[in-house]
Amino acid sequence: MIHSLFLINNAGDIFLEKHWKSVISRSVCDYFFEAQDKAGEPDNVSPVIRTPHHYLINIYREKIFFVSVIQTEVPPLFVIEFLHRVAEMFQDYFGECSEVAIKDNVVIVYELLEEMLDNGFPLATESNILKELIKPPTILRSMVNTITGSSNVGETLPTGQLSTIPWRRAGVKYTNNEAYFDVVEEIDAILDKSGTTVFAEIQGVIDACVKLSGMPDLTLSFMNPRLLDDVSFHPCVRFKRWESERVLSFIPPDGNFRLMSYHVNAQNLVAIPVYVRQNINFFETGSSGRVDITVGPKQTMGKTVENVIVTIHMPKVVLSANLTATQGTYTYDPVTKILVWDIGKLNQQKLPNLKGSLSLQSGAPKPEENPSLNIDLKIQQLAISGLKVNRLDMYVEKYKPFKGVKYVTKAGKFQVLTVPSHV
Amino acid sequence: MSTSSAFNDEKGGSSSAGEPEYGHDPASGGIFSSDYKRHDDLKEMLDSNKDSLKLEAMKRIVAMIARGKNASDLFPAVVKNVACKNIEVKKLVYVYLVRYAEEQQDLALLSISTFQRGLKDPNQLIRASALRVLSSIRVTIIVPIMMLAIKEAASDMSPYVRKTAAHAIPKLYSLDPEQKDQLIEVIEKLLADKTTLVAGSVVMAFEEVCPERIDLIHKNYRKLCNLLIDVEEWGQVVIINMLTRYARTQFLNPNINESLLEEGGEKAFYGSDDDDDDDDDDDDEEKKAEAAALAKRKPYVMDPDHRLLLRNTKPLLQSRNAAVVMAVAQLYFHLAPKAEVGVIAKALVRLMRSHSEVQYVVLQNVATMTIKRRGMFEPYLKSFYIRSTDPTQIKILKLEVLTNLANETNISTILREFQTYIKSMDKDFVAATIQAIGRCATNIGEVRDTCLNGLVQLLSNRDELVVAESVVVIKKLLQMQPEQHSDIIKHMAKLTDNIQVPMARASILWLIGEYCEHVPKIAPDVLRKMAKTFTNEEDIVKLQIINLAAKLYLTNSKQTKLLTQYVLNLAKYDQNYDIRDRARFIRQLIVPTDKSGALSKYAKKLFLALKPAPVLESPFKDRDHFQLGSLSHLLNAKAGGYQELPDWPESAPDPSVRNVEVPEWTKCTSRKERKEKKVEKPFYSDSEGESGPTESADSESDSGSGSQSGSEESGSGSESEESEEESESEEEEEEEEDEEEERAKKKKKVDKSKPKKPESAESDQSSGEEQKRIRKGGKDRRSGTESESEDESESESSESESESEEESESDTDIKKKKKTAASKPPPKQTKKESKKETKEMSLLDLDDFEPTPSPQVTPVNSFLSNSLVTDLEGLSLTDTVLAPTTIAPSSSVRLYELLHRITGEGLAVEYCFSRQPFSPDPHMVAVQIQFTNNTTSEAKSLHIEEPKLQSGMRIKEFPEIEVLPAGESVNVVMGIDFCDSTQAANFQLCTHIRKFFVSIQPPVGELMTPAFLTENEFKKEQETLLHGQLMGMNEISEKLTLGEKCQSEHVIVERVTSTANLSRVPCGSDKESRFAGKTVSSGSLVLVTVTRKDGAGALLTVNCEKMVIGTMLVKDILQALTQ
Repeated sequence: MIHSLFLINNAGDIFLEKHWKSVISRSVCDYFFEAQDKAGEPDNVSPVIRTPHHYLINIYREKIFFVSVIQTEVPPLFVIEFLHRVAEMFQDYFGECSEVAIKDNVVIVYELLEEMLDNGFPLATESNILKELIKPPTILRSMVNTITGSSNVGETLPTGQLSTIPWRRAGVKYTNNEAYFDVVEEIDAILDKSGTTVFAEIQGVIDACVKLSGMPDLTLSFMNPRLLDDVSFHPCVRFKRWESERVLSFIPPDGNFRLMSYHVNAQNLVAIPVYVRQNINFFETGSSGRVDITVGPKQTMGKTVENVIVTIHMPKVVLSANLTATQGTYTYDPVTKILVWDIGKLNQQKLPNLKGSLSLQSGAPKPEENPSLNIDLKIQQLAISGLKVNRLDMYVEKYKPFKGVKYVTKAGKFQVLTVPSHV
Repeated sequence: MSTSSAFNDEKGGSSSAGEPEYGHDPASGGIFSSDYKRHDDLKEMLDSNKDSLKLEAMKRIVAMIARGKNASDLFPAVVKNVACKNIEVKKLVYVYLVRYAEEQQDLALLSISTFQRGLKDPNQLIRASALRVLSSIRVTIIVPIMMLAIKEAASDMSPYVRKTAAHAIPKLYSLDPEQKDQLIEVIEKLLADKTTLVAGSVVMAFEEVCPERIDLIHKNYRKLCNLLIDVEEWGQVVIINMLTRYARTQFLNPNINESLLEEGGEKAFYGSDDDDDDDDDDDDEEKKAEAAALAKRKPYVMDPDHRLLLRNTKPLLQSRNAAVVMAVAQLYFHLAPKAEVGVIAKALVRLMRSHSEVQYVVLQNVATMTIKRRGMFEPYLKSFYIRSTDPTQIKILKLEVLTNLANETNISTILREFQTYIKSMDKDFVAATIQAIGRCATNIGEVRDTCLNGLVQLLSNRDELVVAESVVVIKKLLQMQPEQHSDIIKHMAKLTDNIQVPMARASILWLIGEYCEHVPKIAPDVLRKMAKTFTNEEDIVKLQIINLAAKLYLTNSKQTKLLTQYVLNLAKYDQNYDIRDRARFIRQLIVPTDKSGALSKYAKKLFLALKPAPVLESPFKDRDHFQLGSLSHLLNAKAGGYQELPDWPESAPDPSVRNVEVPEWTKCTSRKERKEKKVEKPFYSDSEGESGPTESADSESDSGSGSQSGSEESGSGSESEESEEESESEEEEEEEEDEEEERAKKKKKVDKSKPKKPESAESDQSSGEEQKRIRKGGKDRRSGTESESEDESESESSESESESEEESESDTDIKKKKKTAASKPPPKQTKKESKKETKEMSLLDLDDFEPTPSPQVTPVNSFLSNSLVTDLEGLSLTDTVLAPTTIAPSSSVRLYELLHRITGEGLAVEYCFSRQPFSPDPHMVAVQIQFTNNTTSEAKSLHIEEPKLQSGMRIKEFPEIEVLPAGESVNVVMGIDFCDSTQAANFQLCTHIRKFFVSIQPPVGELMTPAFLTENEFKKEQETLLHGQLMGMNEISEKLTLGEKCQSEHVIVERVTSTANLSRVPCGSDKESRFAGKTVSSGSLVLVTVTRKDGAGALLTVNCEKMVIGTMLVKDILQALTQ
């Protein structure tokens, strides 16, 4: 399946290569560089590139291209999903998935890759199995290892490997047993100039941090599970139980994991927490334009909207911006043509406003396109969909765990059009 | 570092170079020498005695490899450390070896013996990694060694090692394809493996080595379907893709009847855009369908196995792994009835939230799906709206999907959406949008004019690319109805002055030439202008100028004769030979000369023929002949190793191939019965075939729900159990419907009312009515009674009866059960204990249902039971068991007294042989011990001390019982290895105050475990034993007269199996009954045959290597049969 893997940085250096079958010369990456040149943006590099003898399937993450070499038919998603899993594993092990972290820990990376694939077929991709086989680096451990000469590598087969619950290891022990759940919702929306919702949906995830001893069997139930339109689960969740009772029943992995992701589609139900009044005009004469933007809270269920950031991709002809913000700060990058207005907390009484003029390239015609506004925001202690966790029960184990649920709402792809919409 | 890595880039990491790399090093000599020096360092470190130094050296070497640096000259120094004790050093050495062994084959051979030793290591991780490395070393000379290692590992007791063996198969195959036949044997064996751990890997090996051997799947089909949900994600993908292909060869097209009705509807939708081929296809299909319908006049009934696959894959749509979701989606797309395909849409739309690479692949597949099944994605139209932040490739794919989804009702929304896209800054995207508008216009007649007007407006756009693209699209649209649009043509003629994009200019010229009759005045003028600029035009434009000239010459030679001549002359000397050729050709054709042949008469017809309007169709049309989700589909070209998705068969192949051998099947006589059987048979047999141990897990937690111990095993057990339970209930509902179709409702209802054997079949796959009844019964009962562990065997026994008997049997069964239940300890035993017991039971069953008992059941080889035990350590216990061949042992479990109430001072101890494999050690006989405290005070710390055993015998004590309250009893299991002798095991039984000397002496029949052989294997083994190919021949025969009550086959079977722990072997003759078993300790085969003669006479034959066992067994069985 997966023949080889090359990690390439933005500058085009191949800084790591790993082969699971016979060695493939790194010159195969030339085809990738060719495609990269053609695509321009890293985002636009086709995930599947065909070369005379191989296929290159690649992903772009954290400024690194993961380029895998394939020789025969394989579902492309299989490889893509696996590569993302590799990136996540690096993140998990080194705290970040970056070129520096990989280079610093090259031996561990190599050992990991060795365990994750056998002959190109995934072998162990569960984080806790891998962590039993290869211990993540910590300063203390590396010091101890240098002194004692003991190794970072497990000597026995991780118990999870053999069980039907490979995500959990046996013999977990904690003095403080705790289970925390973060319900994080992102609003994806397109609003038109008048503030009408063109499109809105909520994407939510429940991330968990479970530190419980033994083999607890948890049941998480919601007050209003019918809200959820579509769900996907961590493998630990029992599908059938969800289908029949709408509760999440699972034996949790140890540590941090994403329990489920969900989707709330009913458009009318999606509350839009902010409104934006905006006017961006370009004048035919005088090479200038005007900006006037006001942001205010709306449907926030009494919570404060924080971390509000407005980002505008200006047309190419905009040279500079001369604006005043009543709250927060703004920056305009004349190279990328991005205007960022960092507002911070929204104040009900005094609405933040950004006003001023833009200067355009002289002589250039008035730009045709209307830039759209991307909004970023955060609301603590609120799940905008109204989803509520009802209770968490634990079976099998006897102790009483400490339980907690946190809600956060964020803006996902939240766009405000500067043209009136047609809907 | 940076310099050296730059050097590496240039070197291309070429490892093929055996010679030192330094010679090629373009970098400075300084680096070269320091490198060289460092290698010396490394060698020194590797030679040192200190592990830490070695480790450091290996780390540096691996870092070199990772950067693509050549470290091959260190091979001799590294390979010496292959036997290093430090596991990390060892692992790194492995990494190095795998990387360089191919280049240094001779040296690599030095390491082989280490791996061979590793293969025998007691630690499964070491065994597995030895096999991994051994099989990864691409050295042809060791092929036989690899083959041997793989074969051995395939029967390893650790499923992890077996998994590694499965991984090794494709490695060996790619190294030496000649081994294929032998490897297929191994694959076949591993396919029969029950563990989820192995399933994915072996199917992977199957796909790489012998994807054409679809016949290997038959017997494992149901098992794979049922295991699926517990297989790890990657395995799921591979299995689902393979099963899709399998299903295409084995089942009928579920849409075969609907195609008649729906195809008509589809057509109306598509209207004119179906091209001819497609129509033909449809026609063909329709004809076929009609023919089929005529021939059958019968509603399509889905094969239950087909349904099983659909049902078991559906929950995986909720997987977090995009590849799994995609695999299920393609399975539904290719296999599900039209009405059911819709479920996948939501899941696919969800994937669009994922990484952009995932989006890219999913959109490609959605684009293909939307062509065939538009309705499915229509509700999600808005999810495909394009955001300005999407990468261009995603935008274009979304556009494709939107275009495919467009129909009369939503076109206005879509077009308005398109309007905003046209203003985008991304020009490629704008061009694609214009093309999309063109396609909408051709597909949907109603909006053609609107689109055309919109496009014409775009002609005045400032961006030339936009204009050019519009021209091209308008050209295509105009071709559909040119007469009405001479205005537009005129307008476009004017554009020739401004538009520079060659394709657009060519399009305009073509249009004018083609419709010169509609613009008689402008056309010659355009030609005039073009003649002026001819030499500066692009080739494509030049060709169109020639065409225009020719057409005008034919229609309006008066005005254009000279111009045409001029253009043709220019073209004659053009640099491009195509243009020269064209000019020559056209001149001959249109300008009449003496030499010009017959063709020139037809010039007008040639040039001004009515041309069919172009069809603007999706590039994704007909891509679905590739399996969706595959690389080949994405590339729209066959990738290496792609397996074609076969067409549905005309008529379904025999479904019984998926049945797993059933020894005695009801011989139906009446027609009605036969008919029913047809429906039931697959159901039945499947539960027999792949039943795994879950069932018992199920029952177990029913009795002890909520209070599982924290051990891992119970965790997994309870997990599968729950999912099991759920699946059950769901399934039941579905089945009910199925059955209605099968018109077997009545019967069922009647049966349901009768409480039936509980437990017997809860497996996912089991779905026949019979099963169902059983289950229903089971449920009812479960609510009442709690302890059910024995019931399973109960049902087994009756199962082995013929079906006709079953009705009456069931009643007796229940009675029997009540009896056993009464004789059994009350349900209030320690839960832990009872659980353990049931689990063991399941193990046994697992063993039972090895569908094709592997030929390795030789006396020396006891891997089967071994593997089972390890399987237990955490395998999926998904399946359930129905045991037609086993005869209820527990109904006849005999209790022996270990300690009498009086001698034990109130503590009574009884024991029995539970006949379940003893999981901690397969060579031990499980002895179940029941303590009853008849005193008024607590008994504390019950345990075993000072066992006095014959040499070789071993005891595995039960865990100490801390407290036994007054009046309570408790059950524990201990294991004893009797070494295949009937010598007693003596030990002391201690309480906190007293010690009692006790001894356990096993009857010979308890020293064996059932072995599952087919009739042929039985005969073969018997032959082998007789001819003494193995250790000596042994056959003991005895004539006997059967006791009065012992005349019927049924009773004989019961008596024999209660005397000895044997399993029934299927037999063709009804005069003969055969049984087989293995001794627990050494795994020697024990074969028993009872042949009935006329009257009460019979012949008993026992074959066994162990003479003592054989003789004793004959004696015991004789006694049992003659009573």
